[in-house]
Amino acid sequence: MTTQFPVTNGNQPVGEGAGRSYEAGTDKPLLEIRDLEVSFTTSEGVVHAVRGADITVYPGQSVAIVGESGSGKSTTAHAVIDLLPGTGKVTGGSITFDGREIVGLPRTEIEAMRGRDIGLVPQDPMSNLNPVWRIGTQIEEALKANGFEGGKRERKERVAGLLQEAGLPDAERRARQFPHEFSGGMRQRSLIAIGLASRPKLLIADEPTSALDVTVQRQILDHLDVLTQELGTAVLFITHDLGLAAERAEHLVVMFKGRVVESGPAQQILANPQHPYTQRLVASAPSLASRRIQVAHEQGEESDELLAPDLEATVPLRAAGKAAQSDIVVAKNLTKVFSIRGGRPGASTDFKAVDDVSFTLQRGHTLALVGESGSGKSTAANMVLGLLDPTSGVVEFDGADVAKYSPKEAFAFRRRIQPVFQNPYGSLDPTFSIFRSIEEPLALHRVGGKREREKRVRELLDMVSLPQSAMRRFPNELSGGQRQRIAIARALALRPEVIVLDEAVSALDVLVQAQILELLGNLQEELGLSYLFITHDLAVVRQIADSVVVMQNGRVVEQATTDEVFDNPRQQYTRDLLAAIPGAGLEGAAIAG
Amino acid sequence: MLWYLGRRLLQVIPVFLGATLLLYALVFLRPGDPVAGLGGERGLPEAVQAQIREQYNLNEPFIVQYLLFLKGVFTLDFGVDFRGQDIMDVIGAALPVTFQLAIMALVIEAVFGVLFGLFAGMRKGGWFDGTVLVISLLVISVPTFVIGFVLQFVMGVKLGWFPVTVGRDPNFYSLLLPAIVLAATSFAYVIRLTRTSVAENLSADYVRTARAKGLRRSQVTGRHVLRNSLIPVVTFLGADLGNLMGGAIVTEGIFNINGVGGTLYQAIIRGENITVVSLTTVLVIVYILANLLVDLLYAALDPRIRYA
Repeated sequence: MTTQFPVTNGNQPVGEGAGRSYEAGTDKPLLEIRDLEVSFTTSEGVVHAVRGADITVYPGQSVAIVGESGSGKSTTAHAVIDLLPGTGKVTGGSITFDGREIVGLPRTEIEAMRGRDIGLVPQDPMSNLNPVWRIGTQIEEALKANGFEGGKRERKERVAGLLQEAGLPDAERRARQFPHEFSGGMRQRSLIAIGLASRPKLLIADEPTSALDVTVQRQILDHLDVLTQELGTAVLFITHDLGLAAERAEHLVVMFKGRVVESGPAQQILANPQHPYTQRLVASAPSLASRRIQVAHEQGEESDELLAPDLEATVPLRAAGKAAQSDIVVAKNLTKVFSIRGGRPGASTDFKAVDDVSFTLQRGHTLALVGESGSGKSTAANMVLGLLDPTSGVVEFDGADVAKYSPKEAFAFRRRIQPVFQNPYGSLDPTFSIFRSIEEPLALHRVGGKREREKRVRELLDMVSLPQSAMRRFPNELSGGQRQRIAIARALALRPEVIVLDEAVSALDVLVQAQILELLGNLQEELGLSYLFITHDLAVVRQIADSVVVMQNGRVVEQATTDEVFDNPRQQYTRDLLAAIPGAGLEGAAIAG
Repeated sequence: MLWYLGRRLLQVIPVFLGATLLLYALVFLRPGDPVAGLGGERGLPEAVQAQIREQYNLNEPFIVQYLLFLKGVFTLDFGVDFRGQDIMDVIGAALPVTFQLAIMALVIEAVFGVLFGLFAGMRKGGWFDGTVLVISLLVISVPTFVIGFVLQFVMGVKLGWFPVTVGRDPNFYSLLLPAIVLAATSFAYVIRLTRTSVAENLSADYVRTARAKGLRRSQVTGRHVLRNSLIPVVTFLGADLGNLMGGAIVTEGIFNINGVGGTLYQAIIRGENITVVSLTTVLVIVYILANLLVDLLYAALDPRIRYA
């Protein structure tokens, strides 16, 4: 991956003074946000999304805004390029770029600045490229819009150069392809090429990799780092992951409910967080917690006390050395083949989603299936749940072959194993009240009378720490974390023995995630549940799982206890995954606090 | 692309056979004897009736009649109607004017519908959007013949801007008012479809990316909003061409146009089943071809379709 930067864009010399903070010493900020107020008008009134934010970015500097969803971090960034969605409006304060006030600038002048002075790398690579135009065309647009001098041929060459620079080999051919022919990582590289096409002085990277697999995420961020450093581009990095932010930026800005609660050098914030919110964030961020355990292990300490206070509850379970118990779920040589219809009639190819996978879940334990998208982990989970028939292989539940159940037995089997899915917004029927959602499995399996069922629902709401009054509400009135609690309550309704958690905490903010993990830990202890935990996030695995199965391309790569996998990974792929946990490169001392 | 085209062409065969079989069955299994009614009050002599039955294969079993009819379709020889006119001539006289009318209506609804829908969608909730919505609702709820008679009376009779009827010698100018009337309802639907589609696409992530690149608003609208919004609209327009051709009966009646609608109506009244089926078959073919064209256009507009 060699990078070349042909100087083509008129007024902007490139590569001068390579390296970050080449001008950080001078006092003239590139971007200065003062007392920024942004609000949205909704049917329920005005919502103040950003309330008096102050952020300063110096030329060539990298600054990260960290916060959970709804903290105003993205809104702040979008205000800078006047791309606020919907009714969003800057209602106060000032944004100066290169000494020039941006707020209130006429549309044409903002349009002239976009792309040329300030670039954007957006969050979701799947939706941010127009599906009907070729990749090359979409990059060319960026060049044309920002006064690229040169004819059609020079432009095409430049497009290929930009793609190459963003880390896409065979760029000339790639430029002629459409977005749907690209993987997520390739699309994000194209978006980086677009963002940097006109050599902006500031690049806004809005969660640029949160939709990608961890290993791809690492590669792309590394690449973006090198690229912006060589170009001397200042980067405003938006992320929800404190570990990632600390690793990628010199300066951190922590936002909470629209306000900047803390800002300062990254290492300083990690080591010595001042604001209570930052302290909680530092304590809970899975990437940091995982790293803390790692450091402690290297120093020969026990890991238990090192977990976040929120998570301590889960530890006794893992550490108490649960006595060797019976196996509740045994998967033997599971294989699932999907046939994919080809472009021509009759032509179909077989795709092995799961290839000869075996694992064992012990009663009362947590087994994590870890892998990136396409690794077959969810397919394997669906076969365990009996939602998908294996092409070959056997799932044994409590000693009996699931495939040999009679319909009646299969129905009874469903009571004993329940799922919780990733998206708490999609897995609850919006037209069902919370009561009806939780009661439905009880009614379906004819458990008790109407009054008993209501009693059970109240009990379940208590279990997941929600007020009983939530019963009469509807999913849209609840937050993501609350909805996930409802989904867990629903899964628990039939008193199952096994719960399959398919990326059950991936969509949640870190603090909420920590709460849900704690809840899961407590429930496991109380009810003796067994968890099959499907995730792409190794950092979370460290906090909850007893043993780990690492999957890649449908096969099991490595299988061992959690500590063994983390401390002594045998396979290169596992090592790559571990290295990709954000914060892995941070100094132990900086996060031990 | 070629496989896609091939597969789509193959799909035309069962659709064509199914549609014509159904048509034939509907018309020929209906109660009443077309031949018996031919002679009016006095009736025709037995011998003549028998001869006519022989001529139109009415004594054959249904499926044989259908196959003979299919043979006629493929040899482009539908035979003659009860009055002795070659059905091909009847179709040849009626089809072109209806086709012209339908195409004019299609162009009107496409151009103005997309234009109005685009502006309404760009400023959703604005005064233009509101006005357009009310008008389109009005047009949808008022039957075509009301719109037809009102426009004919105001524009034709009172103001004298357009010829009141078309008559024997249709030309572009005299067909303009009927085309507007014919397009009215679909025009309202196209507006609404475009408006929703545009409003939705405006908040799409790739539109924001396009703006972040530094594209001017007009470029963003043309290249990223409009093209993506046209995909559902094109689908609607293709299906609508068939409706416009078949649904011109009312409009043709109001403006006295000797097109497919009038001819079909007369044939149904007179019980000339062979004419009815032949004309409808032509409409079926037009409909199938229009939809094939739309699917190909669709693939051109949306590259993801091509290999599906």
